[in-house]
Amino acid sequence: MTVTVSTGASSSSFARALRITVYAIVAILIYLIVLWRALVLAGELRAGSTLLNAIVQALTRFDAVGNEFLAQALQQTVNALSIGAIYALIALGYTMVYGIIELINFAHGDIFMLGAFLSVVFIGGIMGHNEAVTDIALLTFLIGGALLFSMPIIGLLNVGIERLVYRPLRNAPRLAPLITAVGVSFILQNVALTVAGSGDRRAPQIFPDWKIAFGGAQISVLLIFIFILSLALMLALQAFVARTRLGRAMRATAQDREASALMGVDANQTIALTFLIGGMLAAVAGVVWGLRFGYVKFDLGFNSGLKAFTAAVLGGIGNITGAVLGGFIIGFIENLSASLGYARWSEFLVFMVLTFVLLFRPTGILGQHSGDRA
Amino acid sequence: MSATIAARTSPAGPPSPRARIEDLATRHRSSAIVVGMLIIAVGLIVLPKIPPLSLIDREDPWYDTFANAGVYILLAMGLNVVVGLAGLLDLGYAAFFAIGSYTYAYSNSPFAGTDFPFLPMLLVGASVAAVFGIALGAPTLRLRGDYLAIMTLGFGEIVPIVFLNLDTWTLGTNGIGGIYRPDPLPLIGEFTPLTPFAYFILMVGIVTVAMILLYRMQDSRIGRAWNAIREDELAAAANGINTVTTKLLAFAIGATTAGLAGVFNASKLTIVSPEQFGFAVSFIVLAMVILGGMGNIWGVAVGAFIVYEIQVQGFKQLNKVVEGLAIPVLKDVNFTDYQYLLFGGALVLMMLFRPEGLFPSQRRRRELHIAEELAGPADDEIDVAAGAAMAGSLGATPGSGEDQPG
Repeated sequence: MTVTVSTGASSSSFARALRITVYAIVAILIYLIVLWRALVLAGELRAGSTLLNAIVQALTRFDAVGNEFLAQALQQTVNALSIGAIYALIALGYTMVYGIIELINFAHGDIFMLGAFLSVVFIGGIMGHNEAVTDIALLTFLIGGALLFSMPIIGLLNVGIERLVYRPLRNAPRLAPLITAVGVSFILQNVALTVAGSGDRRAPQIFPDWKIAFGGAQISVLLIFIFILSLALMLALQAFVARTRLGRAMRATAQDREASALMGVDANQTIALTFLIGGMLAAVAGVVWGLRFGYVKFDLGFNSGLKAFTAAVLGGIGNITGAVLGGFIIGFIENLSASLGYARWSEFLVFMVLTFVLLFRPTGILGQHSGDRA
Repeated sequence: MSATIAARTSPAGPPSPRARIEDLATRHRSSAIVVGMLIIAVGLIVLPKIPPLSLIDREDPWYDTFANAGVYILLAMGLNVVVGLAGLLDLGYAAFFAIGSYTYAYSNSPFAGTDFPFLPMLLVGASVAAVFGIALGAPTLRLRGDYLAIMTLGFGEIVPIVFLNLDTWTLGTNGIGGIYRPDPLPLIGEFTPLTPFAYFILMVGIVTVAMILLYRMQDSRIGRAWNAIREDELAAAANGINTVTTKLLAFAIGATTAGLAGVFNASKLTIVSPEQFGFAVSFIVLAMVILGGMGNIWGVAVGAFIVYEIQVQGFKQLNKVVEGLAIPVLKDVNFTDYQYLLFGGALVLMMLFRPEGLFPSQRRRRELHIAEELAGPADDEIDVAAGAAMAGSLGATPGSGEDQPG
């Protein structure tokens, strides 16, 4: 199981980037169209037409009423991209840790949750109220400050957890670190529970309600901001792993820890670095979660963590591109069920996806097939 | 089994009384369990009547907690089959508990409109749970340890969600209430909210039967097959063990025990609702198994009893003691709020310092420390890694046989 990143020369990596961009745009367009038609179908059913009639309408109706649903679908697609980006950021932490020490870090979701809490502490501490900030300089300072505040703390916390409880168990039987991770997850969750209480805590929604009118839809600037910020971080991570010396050390350690140690790679340091990066990305996800949803809760990490883990498995665990892809797919699935009015079944759906992926393609979409593992 | 005992005891001349009792207990395990449970039951009946327990609470509340602890003992013994004996980490075990409970709710409540006899319903609830155990086990057969953990975790999440969302059939968050209590049994008498003693006696009976069956299974061909697939699945398969049926059986037996616990729990609480079966239940049962000592049925049962009593009585008493001490910082601390924090911490510490649990089985202890035994006292990382690799090739560390990097 390796952290797979193409290391090809610049010309082929440009072609690869272009190819991925094209794929991504096609996928988003397909989702948009599917959601649009599904909304038409649901609308027809709600209006009382028969199933057959509704299906015919869903396939053929392109009049003004049908186009109203297009605006809705557009809005929901942007929604899906932003939540998918959050899942992808969390999934990266799962996948990198699994890639390097083959541990499902159950506590990772709770690391994300603590990141969300820290951003609330920072922004709430400075602003103290819930008003939108329209001054761009102040807004940049607040969001940048929240990121710079929570990323190092959460990253180092993750490293500390690794150092204290995972490292001593690195050569123990497999169940031991796994159970430990479950224990750590429970500890973090209950620390948050004791400090912040069991209810929802409001996160200051400082991002103003800016909208861009596009194709009849009002698209929130915040969602686009989240998407672009996450995408930029993912690209930066990709470049880091593919091009830097430390990134190469990470890939080498993931491939064969002992052999890379013999080549002079410090395994402990590399693994710590992996936890640091994973924790920092989770902290970013936490900060944007607070901006996007306006609340944080102690058990946030459990559900989001499970979904992000599903994303990592779906994409092919250990694979960075796969985790991003999986994150967006999970975002789409969740959004589709929510847009059609089945929001409370979205978790059920995500777990069914996990089950089917594990059953029929345990290596995920982009994972390499590797013997009888998984 | 008896051959090894004979070999162990024969050359030492006249065996010591302790060895003779151990030998007798091993040969007549079922009788030993009955005797042991009788002694414990008598002890538990007497203890609340005398200090210090009688100072803390009246008798009936004690019997009530003992009966409830029995539910967790059953759950822990069942999970022990899956995790401790077969080595399959199940993080969604509460799902089977839920299925057992809802089965009873669907047959013995005003909502269902029927009232079947209790004892047969125990078997029905257990069987329904077993069917779901197989249904979950079947798709996971190909999965390796950590994927299995995630999938069972998903299953454990899905089941309460389904019970919650299908509110036409399950009454959603409110749950199904007014469930009928067990019918009066000879010698035990009526089951009412005022007779926790009857529930306690019934629970002792159920735990005894479950324990006898589980011990018999553990010492049988099936039990050895479970051990074999835990230690090295590939080697077990090569030696003619049908890993498919063996794993399915582990899931089924684990689920059966949870189903028993579920039926008892539903009939005692008289209400079932989805939030009784969250991840916290799976987690606490796992903590019980690990604290007690994975793989050791008695140890797990004792671990479950202790953890449950700490949960419901220990923290309360600690609060009282701390309040009495009047230490400024600790005075307002409610320890019940911190229970999961403490259990999470206990789990981590156990894994780090005593992974075999408080009452380990001999086999498990050796398994978990074989890397140290082989590598000796050296701290050097590569040496320890080599020791672990060697242990893996000896088939002692589960999963490490497949650890070749992909």
